[in-house]
Amino acid sequence: MGQNKTKPVTQKTDLRNQGIPFDASLIKHLKVNRSAVERRAATLGKRRSVKKSWQTAWLLKAISCIDLTTLSGDDTPGNVQRLCAKARQPVRMDLLEALGAADLNLTVGAVCVYHNLVRTARESLEGSNIPVAAVSTGFPAGQITQAQKLNQIRASVRAGAQEIDIVISRSKVLTGDWKGLYHEVQAFREACGPSHMKAILATGELGTLTNVAKASTVCMMAGADFIKTSTGKEPVNATLPVGLVMVRAIREFQELTGHTVGFKPAGGIRTAKQALEWLILIKEELGHVWLNARWFRFGASGLLADIERQLEHQVTGRYSAGYRHPMS
Amino acid sequence: MSVKEIFQNMDYGPAPESGQMAQEWLQQHRQKFRHYIDGKWQSPASRKYFDSINPCNREFLAKISQGNQGDVNKAVKAARTAFPGWAGLPCHQRARYLYAIARQVQKQARLLAVLESMDNGKTIRETRDIDIPLVARHFYHHAGWAQLMDTELKDYQPLGVVGQIIPWNFPLLMLAWKIAPALAMGNTVVLKPAEYTSLTAMLFAEICQQVGLPNGVVNIVTGDGDTGAFLVAHPEINKIAFTGSTEVGRMIREKTAGSGKKISLELGGKSPFVVFEDADLDSVVEGVVDAIWFNQGQVCCAGSRLLVQENIAKKLYGKIKHRMEKLRVGDALDKANDIGAIVSPEQLDTIKKLVNQGAKEGGDMWQPSWACPTEGYFYPPTLFTGVAPSARISQVEIFGPVLVATTFRTHQEAVKLANNTRYGLAASIWTEDINLALDLAPRIKAGTVWINSTNVFDAASGFGGYRESGFGREGGREGLYEYVTRFEDDYAAKPVYYKPGNSKSNSGEHTVSSKGNSGEHTESSKSKSGEHTGDSRQWAVGSGQEAVGSFGQSPSALAIDRTAKLYIGGKQVRPDGGYTMTINAPEGPVGQVGQGNRKDIRNAVEAAHACKKWSDMTGHARAQVLYYLAENLQTREQEFAHRIQLMTGVNTKDAREEVTLSIERLFYYAAQADKYDGRVHPTIYRNVTLAMPEPIGVMGIVCPDEFPLLGFISAVIPAVAMGNTAVVIPSEPWPLSATDLYQVLDTSDVPAGAINIITGKKGELLPTLAGHDDVDGLWYFGDPAGSKQVEALSAANMKRTWVSNGKYRDWRKHQQGQGEAFLRNATQVKNIWIPYGV
Repeated sequence: MGQNKTKPVTQKTDLRNQGIPFDASLIKHLKVNRSAVERRAATLGKRRSVKKSWQTAWLLKAISCIDLTTLSGDDTPGNVQRLCAKARQPVRMDLLEALGAADLNLTVGAVCVYHNLVRTARESLEGSNIPVAAVSTGFPAGQITQAQKLNQIRASVRAGAQEIDIVISRSKVLTGDWKGLYHEVQAFREACGPSHMKAILATGELGTLTNVAKASTVCMMAGADFIKTSTGKEPVNATLPVGLVMVRAIREFQELTGHTVGFKPAGGIRTAKQALEWLILIKEELGHVWLNARWFRFGASGLLADIERQLEHQVTGRYSAGYRHPMS
Repeated sequence: MSVKEIFQNMDYGPAPESGQMAQEWLQQHRQKFRHYIDGKWQSPASRKYFDSINPCNREFLAKISQGNQGDVNKAVKAARTAFPGWAGLPCHQRARYLYAIARQVQKQARLLAVLESMDNGKTIRETRDIDIPLVARHFYHHAGWAQLMDTELKDYQPLGVVGQIIPWNFPLLMLAWKIAPALAMGNTVVLKPAEYTSLTAMLFAEICQQVGLPNGVVNIVTGDGDTGAFLVAHPEINKIAFTGSTEVGRMIREKTAGSGKKISLELGGKSPFVVFEDADLDSVVEGVVDAIWFNQGQVCCAGSRLLVQENIAKKLYGKIKHRMEKLRVGDALDKANDIGAIVSPEQLDTIKKLVNQGAKEGGDMWQPSWACPTEGYFYPPTLFTGVAPSARISQVEIFGPVLVATTFRTHQEAVKLANNTRYGLAASIWTEDINLALDLAPRIKAGTVWINSTNVFDAASGFGGYRESGFGREGGREGLYEYVTRFEDDYAAKPVYYKPGNSKSNSGEHTVSSKGNSGEHTESSKSKSGEHTGDSRQWAVGSGQEAVGSFGQSPSALAIDRTAKLYIGGKQVRPDGGYTMTINAPEGPVGQVGQGNRKDIRNAVEAAHACKKWSDMTGHARAQVLYYLAENLQTREQEFAHRIQLMTGVNTKDAREEVTLSIERLFYYAAQADKYDGRVHPTIYRNVTLAMPEPIGVMGIVCPDEFPLLGFISAVIPAVAMGNTAVVIPSEPWPLSATDLYQVLDTSDVPAGAINIITGKKGELLPTLAGHDDVDGLWYFGDPAGSKQVEALSAANMKRTWVSNGKYRDWRKHQQGQGEAFLRNATQVKNIWIPYGV
């Protein structure tokens, strides 16, 4: 295959992915075996299990990695402010105290909103170190001109978004225009400036896992800080097989260039059990380095509520009810 | 550890599955188990018990009965008594019992899983997600076969009492693989679990009670190898089914030789795991984990030989090592462990010794940085790279978590390396190129080939070996034939002949005294064959040519001597020993043939191997050759009939009938050549599981003495029609019909080496043929002594044998002289798993 000419470089976790020049040889022979990937994905959650204190700690870790998200037509400053308050204090303090985790200063990983609400979010999160992420580039479909996309990014960065979740042009993947995709994403990255860029592949619209692997690699070549599965608006969103393919691409890229790239599954992750499966996937396939908000995020809105109930169950031994936990 | 600490280090922590229910069950039995015979718990006659322990912590689990001859006798008797009732049940009733067992297994799934993990040391992840679900699946699937036996196997009946001996690596799963098909086909069983792991079999006995299975249908006698030996030797057993080591399997083959017991053996392996440069390497790594670190590598079909294309070897080894660091070894009941304990200290010792030897032999050994727990029999996953095929660890079955890797350059070399083993149980091929995968799959000698997957099993697919990995299949339709026999055909106790001189063609039986393989056939001979009787010009063969009249010779003319040679590699060659045998007929000597010896057999086997052309031909092309053969035989019908008449003394009508029937039989197998096909098994994964009948390879065929032409055609042609090449020993008293065929074979486009014919004394030739390690199968149509010899000598390389055990066919009857049984014995089923999806 000839792509292993470069020796693995030591991991650069302090630096952002600078990207590398477009290299067609890195994707030309990429092939993903779907059946084998599905087999691995199906057994991942069955080969590992976390119980008791470990489960508590892992669930708290999951919360710290959530991009608490609202992306609705009816979003207003009011509900975004509530969301930000929840982001600061995701779990009832009495529960955290009971779990011995009060001084973790637990917050979610980020708050993710549309451009119009970036300022509101920034103001609401003032002094919290919780970054604001804006979805951009014609999210979710991306069917606008490149110039419009770049303007959107710049506008969101100006409005204070520290993270920009861009969507790639699915058509470039589906027509095999990998170089075109590279240039598109590279331009996005440039427009992001100091803000971190998450590249949304919309894997549910890419047809094959091989396309997912190729698109992942091209986005990383183009300098993506994170690669992200989905917008949450496609019919199929984050699945474990897709996640497996993407994290393996991240591992390959890291071994090749030394650049660490983050990963964000988004859409469809609603339960504490699912969250644990994803964390197991990260730990097994990528390793400990990725198990924090710097390199791993969940794109989710409902997940937190389920985890809160699980945590209360850990404390009381009784199954909990949703209304016992403050809503966002 | 505090939540805060774990939040930082993100360790897994303990995730124990409770063993409490299993402990309670053991207590209910006061940690002591008797044999399960005739539906009751029965104390061992020896009063002896041995301990079963948990290999993860050396804790005592229970006392197990040591079975002796008396116990085995009692169990066999119970099974024998139960047999008529069980076999006589309507299919639907038997199906209901099997269905009930499947349900009961599911209801007790967790208890079975936990108990199995405690007893064997394999992880709860495997027993819970793999072993026990497959057990239930096997009983469901065979409940279906029980229901369908009447319609799908209507020519078949149960065998009787089946003795089954199973290994310790998949205790309950192997029990299911044995018991489900046996019961479905109406047999009763006596099963002996492995001495290390009897507990789930004891729980299974309870399940049999719970579903109300009639007493004596399933009997379980525990004990060690001696107990197994009693079972193998028991005269009332109709079949032995064994899974275990090749060494013991060979012993069973030898011990049962000539007994008429049907046997199936599922033995050892050293299965290749072949990785090409275009494979999805990250998926390959997980495949490797499933191949060799599944069940601590204690898997007969473990992908224990990693063959990697040279240019990606370094990269793949790196990925594998990275993955090995993440494997977790420890208590089988921890839900987050990948690898449990080795079953016993003896087994652990064997692994350690082989690994030390591998290191000494220059292999590059690698183990992860972490250490195994010390309270049980644990061994870390181990990788050897740069190991030559000549190293011991490349050849022997380690039966532990040890992977031995080597590289190849081309796919041809990969095939060679893959086949460079005496085993042939399974193979795994990793490539994204379907052409490459499907090119290799038929060329690797293995009963199961997994494309881009490994160690996947299902009740609908047959599993079993090539070569010294044993024979017979378990699972699928092909597995059922191991537990049935055709409704008794009307075979004779003595050879069936045409009556010499009788003008009626529907002749009765006529026996020629046939003393073993001595070559003496005295009744039809005036003098002993092989004895030179003088001037060849006086032989009746002269008048034979005259009768055919092909050369227009006058009766007084000196006939040209036609002493047949041997037929090897498409050439007529002189016998190595330089001796000739005279063939005598009622009217006097009728000709001479070469007297083959062991070197002629050797040469013929080599010629048969050299003939790749025949097996590479399509079924259609082979059919064309066989039709041509029939056509050419037809044109010489008179000559062949006359020869038969001269040799055997039968009348003209009978002689001509034999030729006509031979031509018809050629048509039958020509017709079958492109029609005896395989199946696509509906297994439970998204894949195509192809069950392909493949030729066995080089087959030795010992023709019946009777019917010199029809016997030859009926014995040889089915084998070659399926693509085998053959080394044939024709009728000893009457070989001239076979030697007359040389020219017909030459003119019919039969490729050189496809059919090789060695005339001579069976008593001399047979041991060489049966003992030849490069002969893959052997058919013998003759007396009991020869049958026994064939089975006993074939044990060395585990030839597929098919012997008549002194039962004689009337070769003229289609029912007896041809049919599917011939084709099934001329082939072995390879299951190729092809997962799909993009």
